[in-house]
Amino acid sequence: MRAGYLLIAALMASLLLAASAAYAIAPTQMPTPQLEARYLRLIRGFRCMQCQDESLADSPVDLAADMRRDIRDMLLAGKTDQQIRDFMVSRYGYFILFKPPFVWKTAWLWLTPGAVLLVGVIVALTIIRKRAALAATDPQDDDLVDT
Amino acid sequence: MRRLPIRFILPLVLFGLLVVVLAIGIKNSPEKDIIPSPLIGKPAPTFSLPSLTDPGQKVTSAQLRGHWYLFNVWGTWCISCRMEQAMLLRIKQTGLIPLVGLDWRDDPSVARSYLKHEGDPYQTIAVDQDGMEAIMWGVYGAPETFLVNPAGIVVYKYIGPITERAWERDILPRLPLTSEPAATSSS
Repeated sequence: MRAGYLLIAALMASLLLAASAAYAIAPTQMPTPQLEARYLRLIRGFRCMQCQDESLADSPVDLAADMRRDIRDMLLAGKTDQQIRDFMVSRYGYFILFKPPFVWKTAWLWLTPGAVLLVGVIVALTIIRKRAALAATDPQDDDLVDT
Repeated sequence: MRRLPIRFILPLVLFGLLVVVLAIGIKNSPEKDIIPSPLIGKPAPTFSLPSLTDPGQKVTSAQLRGHWYLFNVWGTWCISCRMEQAMLLRIKQTGLIPLVGLDWRDDPSVARSYLKHEGDPYQTIAVDQDGMEAIMWGVYGAPETFLVNPAGIVVYKYIGPITERAWERDILPRLPLTSEPAATSSS
C-alpha cells in the first residue's frame, strides 16, 4: 500500500536526521580552521574505549569527552598528530586506533584476509582447470558438438 | 579400498580448523572485555594531585617510591566500586600492601562522606576531578587496579571489582614474599 511506503520513508528520514544529530556531540571550536581539521581527523581515528565500536567523535560517554579535551589541549600545546597518536597508544595500546599500524603484533590482522583470498584463488583456479580439462575430453559436452 | 578424493577431505579439514578457531574464541570469551594494558612492565605515570582526605596536601608519585602499592581507580558513582569496597577493606586488614586510591571524576565532598560511612580502605587518595590522570593510566572503566613495585614499575593490572578469587589467584602471588611469620599467623 502507498501509506505503508510513506510510513517507511518517513521512518528512514527520521533515522537519518537522528544520525546527524548524534554526530554533533563535540562542538569544540579550535582557534584556527587548520587545528579544527586536525582535531576532527584525530578524534575520528580513536576508538572510544568504553563503547568500543564508536569513535571519540561520536561517543557521548564522559571518558570520551575527557579524551577529546586531552587531545584538544595537546593540539593547543603544539603537539604533532604523531605525538598525540603515540601518547594514546602508550596508554591504551593499539586497540585505541581504528586503523592499527602494520607492526609485528598486528601483522596477522593485515595479512589474514590476503592469505584467505590467495587460498580461495588457488582453489578456484584448480577447480576451473580441472573442469576445463574434463570438458575437453567429454564427447557428450555440448560445447564440443558442432550443430 | 578406494581412497577418498581430496574434495571430500578438504572440507572436513577446513571444518576441523574452524572448530579449533571457534573453540579458542569461546574459551577466551570471558576475557573479551579485558584490553591488555601497555603500561605493564613500564614506569607508572608520575603525578602530583590534591589529597582527598587532607585538602591542601598533595599526593605524589614520588612519595610512593620505594614501596609496593595497589593503585585503585574508583568513584562513588561507580556501582562496581561499591561492590569492591568490602574486599578492599579486607585487603587493608591483611596489612600486606597499601591501597592508594584515585578518586576519578567524583565530587570530593561526596567521596569523603561515602568513606566516612562505608569505611576507608586507602592509605592515601588522590583526586582526579577532571579525569586527566585516569587517561595517563589508560583507565577505561572503574574499578581498575594497578600493582606497582618499589621501583615505580607497573607489574600487573586488574580490571573490574577485585573478588576474593582475584585477590588470591591474580594479586597475592605477585606480591613479594616479605610477610613476617607474625603477619601470616594472624590470618
